[in-house]
Amino acid sequence: MTLLVPQSGAIPLPRPRVLSQPFWDGLARGALLFQRCEECGGSTHTPATVCAHCGSPRLAWVPSSGRGTVYSWTIVWRPQTPAFTVPYVPIIVDMEEGWQILSNMVGCAHDAVHVGQAVEVEFHALSADITLPYFRPR
Amino acid sequence: MKNHPFHDVAIVGLYNTPQARVLEGHDGNSIAMEAALGAVADAGLTPLDIDGVIGGGGATDFIYQHRIGPVWRSMSGAGIPAVLEAASAIAAGFARTVLIAAGSAGMYTEREATAPWTRPANEFVVGFGMFTAAEFALIARRHMEVYGTTEESLATVAATIRNNGHVNPEAIYFGRGPFTPQDILESRMIADPFHLLDCAMTSEGGCALVLTRADIALDLAQPPVYVLGGSTDNFGPAYQNPPSFDLGGRRGPDLINGWVGRSAARTAFSMCGLGPSDVDVCEFYDPFSFEIIRQFEAFGFCEEGEGGAFVLDGTIEVGGRYPITTDGGLMSFSHAGAQAQMLQRAIRAAQQMRGECRTKQVPGAAVAMCSGGGAGALFTDVMLLGKERP
Repeated sequence: MTLLVPQSGAIPLPRPRVLSQPFWDGLARGALLFQRCEECGGSTHTPATVCAHCGSPRLAWVPSSGRGTVYSWTIVWRPQTPAFTVPYVPIIVDMEEGWQILSNMVGCAHDAVHVGQAVEVEFHALSADITLPYFRPR
Repeated sequence: MKNHPFHDVAIVGLYNTPQARVLEGHDGNSIAMEAALGAVADAGLTPLDIDGVIGGGGATDFIYQHRIGPVWRSMSGAGIPAVLEAASAIAAGFARTVLIAAGSAGMYTEREATAPWTRPANEFVVGFGMFTAAEFALIARRHMEVYGTTEESLATVAATIRNNGHVNPEAIYFGRGPFTPQDILESRMIADPFHLLDCAMTSEGGCALVLTRADIALDLAQPPVYVLGGSTDNFGPAYQNPPSFDLGGRRGPDLINGWVGRSAARTAFSMCGLGPSDVDVCEFYDPFSFEIIRQFEAFGFCEEGEGGAFVLDGTIEVGGRYPITTDGGLMSFSHAGAQAQMLQRAIRAAQQMRGECRTKQVPGAAVAMCSGGGAGALFTDVMLLGKERP
């Protein structure tokens, strides 16, 4: 059994784009943001120019509760690059507000991750500008 | 068939260069050049007969080095979209004879990491150690959770395909089997539920294919193979967003990413008035074992959730009702780079229609279905080839 922890090696850093900069700015100050549609109320991620549900361009950045459940998972034993320590557990999380995010699980045995597991966001700063949103059991 | 868009089109040239884990003395362009010349010769043509070219660097080198310009050219990569585009270009009169060529060599040198084309550096995946095996694993795991699909079903697919390659002298992993499902399950884990032997290899090689007008085809060296139907489904850029089985939804509950390829398959079948039960051989794209199970469901060969049972009883072996990936596929034949391998399912399907496969020829096969992509990459291409002119 391995207790999953955030990666500590020199892993590749995300490079924000114009559209996603607010998402990364939010993480850097400890907020997980998503886009909410001001017309239909639907949630959108990854950052987009229009609502994923109705196509409206009237999107507003709002903070998430940070809570969700595991939608799917995999345990990786062959790392993407040697910068990653195995095992690590990529997950897709169903967020409470009705959107999905890709992340890694932490604070949990590697073989205890399961679909439907209740999780919450945990922030880990990689640099002054980049903070990754991991998820842990709640 | 009256008014079939590809009534006047035929596939007439096929070629695979030697495939290897590492091809010494080659780069992508040089091996694509070799493949191109091979396919032209296979058809009984010369380079100057080619007046249309689809492909990247190696394909444009062919235009320049053989001085066949000006020709019609498109960049739709390789694979099934390229074949469908070539057929469309011939039907529209842009070109009479189109060459599709691709090759890959010398790209994968940092063996401590996964192959470079498996891990694009997108901002929403790069920090989480994603690469293709993990992307497709998230799709497979969701299906296993919802439908109870088992690792044994996945392993049966992998063993079947690898055993097809085991007896194919042209496969990179010729003679490396035979494998039982238990052998697959005992190989080391890569990205749960995928063991090493559930995954495609990485390799190098080139391949090419030539299409021409059906009337010209009648005078050429090989029996013509016809494009009965095809289309492509896409849910957006691969490997940049969460690879969710349930992505989609604005077009209807049965047209989600988990069933990507379903809409394309419906189009392909409706073009020729055929259905899954008319297919004699399934040259399905096999990046990971689960993808075959998913494709049988998406394309309508079985009901949603039943793919795991569908593959268990010999159905997918040569001799069974729906033999799959008869040359060994990406797992055992070759998985060359990002482009060449996408065309190799189409080449094998065409070889089956010619009846020329040295191993695992499906006796009497008249309709072949081939595919490319997969739900982990948010796209699936499908194409039906046949011996009879549509």
